[in-house]
Amino acid sequence: MYNGEAYITGSCVIRKNQVYRDGTLLWEAPQEQELPEFLRGGYDHFSGQYPKFHKMDPLSKLGWLATEVLLKEQPLHYPADKVGLVLANKSASLDTDLRYFDTVKDIASPALFVYTLSNIVMGEISIRHGFKGENAFFTADVFDADFITAYVSQLFAEEAIVACICGWVEVMGPVYDVFLYRVERSGGSVVFNADNLQKTISI
Amino acid sequence: MENLMAALKAQIVEQLNLQEVKPEEIGDDQPLFKDGLGLDSIDALEIIVLLQQQYGIRIANPEQGPEIFYSVRTIAEFITAHQTSK
Repeated sequence: MYNGEAYITGSCVIRKNQVYRDGTLLWEAPQEQELPEFLRGGYDHFSGQYPKFHKMDPLSKLGWLATEVLLKEQPLHYPADKVGLVLANKSASLDTDLRYFDTVKDIASPALFVYTLSNIVMGEISIRHGFKGENAFFTADVFDADFITAYVSQLFAEEAIVACICGWVEVMGPVYDVFLYRVERSGGSVVFNADNLQKTISI
Repeated sequence: MENLMAALKAQIVEQLNLQEVKPEEIGDDQPLFKDGLGLDSIDALEIIVLLQQQYGIRIANPEQGPEIFYSVRTIAEFITAHQTSK
């Protein structure tokens, strides 16, 4: 039975060519390295054996990689339809939309077109981890911890989910910022609320 | 035909962004989809774009797709037949 609280049981931050899990720096690339090379390096370091990664757009790669880091050593063992995904960012899929628009002038690229929706990143994460639960992608100028907390808490309260990956996955050109949280109905000590969301990713 | 198949393999690897596959690892008769190279429907569309961009060929009948795109050899045969008939 749900007791009205959920817990932050993990976090992943990817920014400035550094990858953190639970506040600990796990891997970093040279600061001058560009995003595509950084993402390839991160994939090689944390995963490999998933060729579909190379076809993803930067938004999907970032979300996929952060989730990989978050769940690699501690997979979520819940029914597939009870794991939710709630993500947000500022630029939606504009980074890929613009590159797709460039191809339209010649022959439109089907491979780019399929990533011209921001919620495709959640599809890629779901395929990788078998998630089939509630999901939503929001667009806002900045990460609204109060809103995300309220939305995810409501999903817990309705018992629609027992665990959730939530957070921020932003990319626009070379500028990116990712922080994801692993939230579970039990098994943690850090209560899932807006203050703790902010504290957890203070690097 | 051998040169065309070699060129096609390189173009497929590049166009489909198959970063973990080397062109020479693709067999001439290896199925490209499902259990073969594992390509999907979006890849099929990208190969259609490739044929249009590199060889000026449009697939007139989409129902021919599975037959034409079965392997590198079947694509090469299609290109050769199309170019010969011009």
